[in-house]
Amino acid sequence: MSQSEKYRANPPAPGMAYMSAELKKTIDLAESTVTDDFDERSWDMVVSLGLSRQLTTGRTLIELAEAGHDDIVVCTADLGRPTQVIGFGQKYPDRYFNFGIAERNMIGAAAGLATMGLTPVISNYSFFLALMGVENIRNDICYTNLPVKMVGTHSGIAMGFYGTSHHCCEDIGALRAIPNLTLMAPCDGTALSSALRTNVKHPAPIYFRAGRGREAVVYDKEFDFRIGGSNTLREGRHATVLAIGNLVKAGLDAHDILKSEGIEITVVDMYSIRPLDVAAVRDAAKRGPIVSAEEANITGGFGAAIAEVIAEEGLGTRLTKVGMPDAYSVLGPPTHLYRHYGLDGEGVAAAVRRALKG
Amino acid sequence: MPSRAVRNVDRSLIREKAKLIRRETVRLTDICGSGHYGSSFSMAEIVALLYYQLLHVKADEPRWADRDRFTMGKGHAAIGLFPVLADLGFFPADWLDTYSRMGSFLGDHPEMKKVPGIDFSSGSIGHNLSVSVGMALGARLKGSPARAVCLMGDGEMNEGQIWEAAQAGAHYGLDNLVGIVDINGAGSDGDPQQTLRSEPLKEKWEAFGWNTIVLRDGHDIDLTFDALNRALNAPDGRPACVLAYTVAGKGVSFMEGTWQWHLGFLGPKDIERAYAEIDAGEIG
Repeated sequence: MSQSEKYRANPPAPGMAYMSAELKKTIDLAESTVTDDFDERSWDMVVSLGLSRQLTTGRTLIELAEAGHDDIVVCTADLGRPTQVIGFGQKYPDRYFNFGIAERNMIGAAAGLATMGLTPVISNYSFFLALMGVENIRNDICYTNLPVKMVGTHSGIAMGFYGTSHHCCEDIGALRAIPNLTLMAPCDGTALSSALRTNVKHPAPIYFRAGRGREAVVYDKEFDFRIGGSNTLREGRHATVLAIGNLVKAGLDAHDILKSEGIEITVVDMYSIRPLDVAAVRDAAKRGPIVSAEEANITGGFGAAIAEVIAEEGLGTRLTKVGMPDAYSVLGPPTHLYRHYGLDGEGVAAAVRRALKG
Repeated sequence: MPSRAVRNVDRSLIREKAKLIRRETVRLTDICGSGHYGSSFSMAEIVALLYYQLLHVKADEPRWADRDRFTMGKGHAAIGLFPVLADLGFFPADWLDTYSRMGSFLGDHPEMKKVPGIDFSSGSIGHNLSVSVGMALGARLKGSPARAVCLMGDGEMNEGQIWEAAQAGAHYGLDNLVGIVDINGAGSDGDPQQTLRSEPLKEKWEAFGWNTIVLRDGHDIDLTFDALNRALNAPDGRPACVLAYTVAGKGVSFMEGTWQWHLGFLGPKDIERAYAEIDAGEIG
């Protein structure tokens, strides 16, 4: 079937407008050009960015600075608005460095700032930070073991129809192989705040793998975001879902779906990818099959890290990996992509059923 | 390198094609739910002149060995290039209706493996001038009249790799290589000159050994034609760079000169407003 035929058979819904006057009322429109005489569905960048409520980096760093952390400096590469750290820049212009569209320079400069006793926090899209900058991260920040904190947003397939070039599914595999680097995945805005508050003074590099800011809320209060830690969010006796990022919410949804079928699962937010909470993997193996769930390439990713533990410890349990296949992703609206790749509640539930069938 | 023939095209056609680019950007953005209006509108006259008058390409033979190569460092404006390729017959026009949908060949950035007429994929800002250097070197090695043209953004001037490519282009004397910088003053964080100053660009490109042509209005069709024609068809042993000063969102009054419409979406009422302004506009 040709591309044309395929779409004539399955025409797209026109205009995926998701904006409404109601929604706009909840957003700070001070800088928006979209005034009352516009169609209520119209939006500009200001409105769009107002929806990224889970990107709490800027707000949290302002609070930390107000509490006396005058060593915190923020670095970005023309993504201060989209990653929501612009507010820190407005409040502390002397401690905010926008390096323009020049990621490698930003990473090197952050390393230099760290050598001067400052605490740099880099905030950028994960693709431009982790993948474009991987070698600078390795040599400038990690080989030197400097206390630079990195927040990579819009990870996985969050960039949707921006296309495969902007998807970031290989970052876990790449970063997991870099010594000295702690790799963690806050799954919502509360987790991201917790991550920064708990670890801002950690004396070594940390990379926080975050979403695009429109994630479903998982946590209602902040917690101790421990290196090597995890949070068990649901308990069930038949199988365990070890999840990170967006897949934590998918795991919770899968829990509810399966419960109605009499299947009880444990769901764990494995927010510390490296080092892993090995004890949590051991516990899961005692329970039965394990399903790993991530918005990343299953080759070399989080699931692969779980597999290493299972193999090296001889835990002898079956692992079913949910994630991006080892292929270049297709483009499309993010929600459609999550469904397509089985990265939602239904997808995780299906993986659990497969795992239990053995 | 020899220059290549310039087709005799009436200015009114270029004006129409620039309108087509703007109208289709609005229409495809409606299918998609969000789009880069500002970046697409700012390059409309440049792209129309390249494809309808200056570049040598064959829609019925997209991989023709001697075609001029066009790459987009500012790949996020591909939404403005796809309608031109469809109009020329590189792929069926109804592909446009699939823009951004699950599994479509057409997304926010151009992909060479999927779309006939796209010479190289982009997405990583700063990569494609290097690719164009390689294309120009290859054309010379093969004795091909093909020229390599790379359209870049002004924020892209911050990327170090641009200057690596600039050195290579000059070092190898690639006068079959043309860079065009669409200086529209709009990036994610605002005007790139405010975010991280890259001016003075004329002096930089000249110091890097490029024949640098300043185009003070990239929407004036005669001026733009003259600048692009000089860059493409007056080889002097150096690569050429056209510094095109443009207006982000040009053609729709409420978008012009704003960073806010670097990315956005128009509801039905505002689509009609935009179409009316585009149709009535006398740009160029």
